[in-house]
This record gives sequence, C-alpha cells and structure tokens, in this order.
Amino acid sequence: MSTHKVEKFSGVGVSAGRVIGTVRRMPDAIQAPADGAPLPAGATIDSETARLAEATQAVAAQLKARAALATGDAQAVLKATALMASDKSLLKSATKLVSSGTCAESALWEAADAVATQLSALGGYMAERAGDVLDVRARIVAELRGVPAPGIPDSETPFVLVAVDLAPADTATLDPAKVLALVTSDGGPQSHTAIIARSLGLPAIVAASDTTALADGDVVYVDGIDGLVVRNPTEVESATARTYANREQLPEFDGRGVLADGHRVPLLANVGSGTDAQAAAKAGAEGVGLLRTEFCFLGREKEPSHEEQVAAYGAVFEAFAQKKVVVRTLDAGADKPLPFLSDSTEPNPALGVRGYRTDTTSPGVLARQLTAISEAAADHQAEVWTMAPMISTPAEAQDFAALVSTANLATAGVMIEVPSAALMAERILERCDFVSIGTNDLTQYTMAADRQLGSLAELNDPWQPAVLHMIAATSAGAQGAGAKPVGVCGEAAADPALAVVLVGLGVNTLSMNKRALSPVAAVLRTVDLATAQKLAQLALRAASAEEARSLVRAQLPELDRFGL
Amino acid sequence: MAERTAIIGSRVGLHARPAAIFAEAAGELPVEVTIALETEPAEDALDASSILSLMGLGAEYGTKVVLRAEGEGAEEALDQLVKILEIDHDSE
Repeated sequence: MSTHKVEKFSGVGVSAGRVIGTVRRMPDAIQAPADGAPLPAGATIDSETARLAEATQAVAAQLKARAALATGDAQAVLKATALMASDKSLLKSATKLVSSGTCAESALWEAADAVATQLSALGGYMAERAGDVLDVRARIVAELRGVPAPGIPDSETPFVLVAVDLAPADTATLDPAKVLALVTSDGGPQSHTAIIARSLGLPAIVAASDTTALADGDVVYVDGIDGLVVRNPTEVESATARTYANREQLPEFDGRGVLADGHRVPLLANVGSGTDAQAAAKAGAEGVGLLRTEFCFLGREKEPSHEEQVAAYGAVFEAFAQKKVVVRTLDAGADKPLPFLSDSTEPNPALGVRGYRTDTTSPGVLARQLTAISEAAADHQAEVWTMAPMISTPAEAQDFAALVSTANLATAGVMIEVPSAALMAERILERCDFVSIGTNDLTQYTMAADRQLGSLAELNDPWQPAVLHMIAATSAGAQGAGAKPVGVCGEAAADPALAVVLVGLGVNTLSMNKRALSPVAAVLRTVDLATAQKLAQLALRAASAEEARSLVRAQLPELDRFGL
Repeated sequence: MAERTAIIGSRVGLHARPAAIFAEAAGELPVEVTIALETEPAEDALDASSILSLMGLGAEYGTKVVLRAEGEGAEEALDQLVKILEIDHDSE
C-alpha cells in the first residue's frame, strides 16, 4: 500500500453485503517449467540437489503447520499431502534427473508427473489422489521459484479475496469463515464466482476490471449491493459497513411465500441432486421449481442406465412428498457439454444444438429419460411436472408435450429462455400446461451477450428493462391461454428486490437457491400485490438496468433493514 | 532378514489416510522397511515410508503384502507395522 488516497472501483454487485477487510490476491496458476531445462547458471549438481531437498522440506513443513491447525477430514488430507511433499521416492527420482543435469523445477515436475500418471492408471479413488500429487508439485515449484503457492491464499485472519476469476476447483476449497468477500476483475453475474458467493452468503462483486490494481495488504470496502470497491475507505464507508454488520437478522423461512395482503407466491428451490433436495426441504422450500437432471449425466461418457436414472430422480421426489417437483429434462450443450450428446465442434454452442434441440440429433435419450422420470414418479408421492429447456417455437412445445404424455406423465411445460418463446407464450401455452422462465439464458439471448463474458456483465443483468418486457410478455401470454402458471427459476428470483418486480409482472412462483428463500420471503412480506405491480411498471419504464434497480430499491426501505 | 506377510484391513484399500498413517510410522522406525505385493519379487519392493509408493502399490482390501527389514530391531518393527496394516482405519 503505497498511498492512502481513496480510490473507487466499480463492478457488478452479485451478492449483497458491505464489509471492510484486507486484500489477499489469488496467486497466478503455476506454469509448467520447460521440459528438461538445464541447471541454472552457476549451480552445481550438488547445490541444485540441496535446493530441491530444501524446497520439499519447506513445503512439507508449511502443510504440516496447516494440518496442525485443521481438524477432522481436512487435517487428514493435509497430513497426507505433507507426507507427499517430503516423500523419499519422489525426491529420489527428481534427484536422479538433477544428477543428469536437469534443473530442480523441471526435475520435480517430471518426477511428480510419473507418479500422478501411475495413480491415474489405478483408477477410482487412487486416480482422484493424482490431483493431490499435482497440487503438491505446484506448491514445490512455487517454493523453488519464490512465488506464492497456488490456490486460495492461506491466512490466519479473514480477508477479501481478489482474483481475476475463480474456477470451480478454487471455490471448492474456499473457507467461508476465512473469506469476507469476493471481488473479481472478470466474470459476470451468472459466473461461477457469483453463484458460489450467493450460496455461501458472501458479499461479492464481479467484472470490476480495474481491481487488478489491488494488492495484498490493501484495505478495502466492498459493497456487494452497489457494486463498489473503495481502497483506503473513509469514515463514511466504515459507517455503512457498521450499519450492515448490525442489520436485523432475517427471520427463518417458515415455508410459506406470501405478500403483505395474503397473495400467495409459493417459493420453491432449485436443486441438483437428492442430497440437495433434502437440504432444500429442510430450509422450508415449498417444492422444487427446477430439478437440474444433468447431475446424473455430467462427467459421463455414456448415457446412464434406466435404473440409475430412476433411483436418482426418486431420491429427489422422496424429499418432497405431496409437493410439486418440476423436472427439467437434460440441458446439455454450451457451458455443460456431454460427450454422447454434444457436438464440440460447433462454432457457437450457445446458439447451437443444445437443450431440447439434442432430441433431433440424438433421438431416444429424451424419451428414455422421460420413461425413467415417469417410473420414479409412480414410485413416489411428489407431484411431478416435467419441462424442456431451450424451446423456441409452439411446435416444439407441442412435440415435447406429446412425448411427456406418451411417457404417462401428467403435466408438461417448457422453459422460456429464448426471446421467441417469450413473445409466443400464448401459442406455446395453448399446447402445454405451464412455463418456467430461465432468466439467466433469457437475459443472454435478449441482450445478445455471452453470459460467461465479464466484459459484457452490464448487458448480462436481469434488471435490463428489455428482459423485464420479455417476462411481462410471457405473463400476458399465460393469461391469454387461460391463466396458466408462470414460474421463474433463474438467478433473478434470488434477488429480493427483483423478486418483487417479478411478482408484479404476473409471475406465480419463484424458484431459487435455498439460501435465498429467507431474504426473498422477508421482502415479499413487506409489499402487497398493488405495490408490486406499481414497482414492476416503474422498472418496465426505466431506460437502463441501473435505473430500474435504483427506482425499485428506493421504494423498498425494508431492504436496508435486513442489509439486502 | 525379517519378513512378515500382512493383509490390508482398510475397506477402501491402502489409500491416502491409511497410507499416511503407515508411512509416518515406517519413517519413525530405526530400520529401513520395504513393502511389496505378495505376488511380486523381493527386488521390486518399495520404500515403506514413501506414501506415494504405498499408494502406487494399488493394494486393495484383502490384498496380501510382504514387509521386509534388516538389522537390529527389525522383528519388533515389522510386528508393529503389520498391526497398522491390518486395522480398518476407516471404521474409526
């Protein structure tokens, strides 16, 4: 920290919260050393061997120290990795390479590679441990180079994690007790960072491109509500952070989504597995608004068997007896390719054969999935609704509804993610029973902005009035087709202020990450339907996402009370 | 040369946690101990204090392995290590 000048950085707030903390930057990934690079100038085989041994000992000592502070499984894993770092056979094979004139970095890289390959070949559990060996390798090479170890920084005190973007593997090791907030210079509102931040309840800002200037030790104020980062905050920011820290605790969700006037808005959960479903039921979810069935397909070379599918879906239905579970059929393609369905050579996968469209290129997979859903539904008491992703035309909706009916499933619907489907909602709903709006994709397609691109984060905002107009058109279509049900199952439903707007636009049910149930329920309870409709009109008339958000938020003072 | 045959008692085989416990114990002994699958010749035996070698053995639940050591205290050392191998560490 060279100066104490107050500096502001703006980005997109994706998870609420206001905190002040010290910056720790996510270190860059370790690049592989050149194959068989020679000893550094001036080094001898002896000195290089000693340097290698010292680095392995230093890494083993660091990991051991961390193990001593950890408990349970984490401790066992750290202990094992510490032993790997100081492993005699690894050091021996690396030392052999050094003796033949290879530098320590390349020698260790190659030696560890051989071990990892051997473990991978064993398959199963051992193959997973190959990742641990590669992690240890990266740590030793970082030590040799004198750069910070890769991965989430280790710190005894909580910190603000600043990164370019976070990968799923990084967020898996993220300890919410150590991280105060997340700030990324890249990534968008639907990025992995945003999703994980919301699920952990951590304040987060993405697409704050200038934050690459932040360095370890900087003191920053992070405002996940206004999308603002302030370096060297003043008393003004400290006061806001204090107000946030003293916010009123949200009441626990009591399992009934309702407006102030008693108008019911069932709040459901988005889930991706049986375990997820149990946790959602425990959190009070009134059903499942989106069951992502990819969980039983991802990472698979082949289509899972009928029995496997029946068991997987049944585990979810089991958790919601007598309640609604909306099953989304396989949504492969674009950001989640499946080897047996996706054509990875498409130049533009987001606009390619994905979702329901794979039924034309790989016929049979969908019909078999529907048969499995039907059998699981018959075995359980849940009220099962089935919907297809990526529907563009009324004809597709009609074909899907026919497939659903052939599988002996009672209720068929489609997702509204493509603008054409939003505009044709009435014709679509004449051919099926319900629609569910996937706001993440609807935003990306309405704004023609790749949801994975941080530089387009401003466009990729569900508060964009054009997206809200698409939702209004969908509701109007649903009314025209005999008041058929409209749900929202995208990230938009998890934003309490936007949830009010959605209800005002005519949406009947909201489905979200289980953590959002309590904030959304608390805010819905403070408005009546007439107010929600008035706020929806305000948002529809706004000229920008920013304007829509601030106009609506200004009318919802309760947001501040709960620090949302 | 002292020699003992042991049967892997961990349900998931000699994976990270049991291997860590065993390697640590082997490393603390006064003698050098080697480990090999029962089906493999003695000259292919690996360093028993190396966690990576242990994991690379691919020894599963019920696999027979041979421990070997030489010198003073070898017999006692092997007795101690056999016990560690035959416990199911995952049931703790």
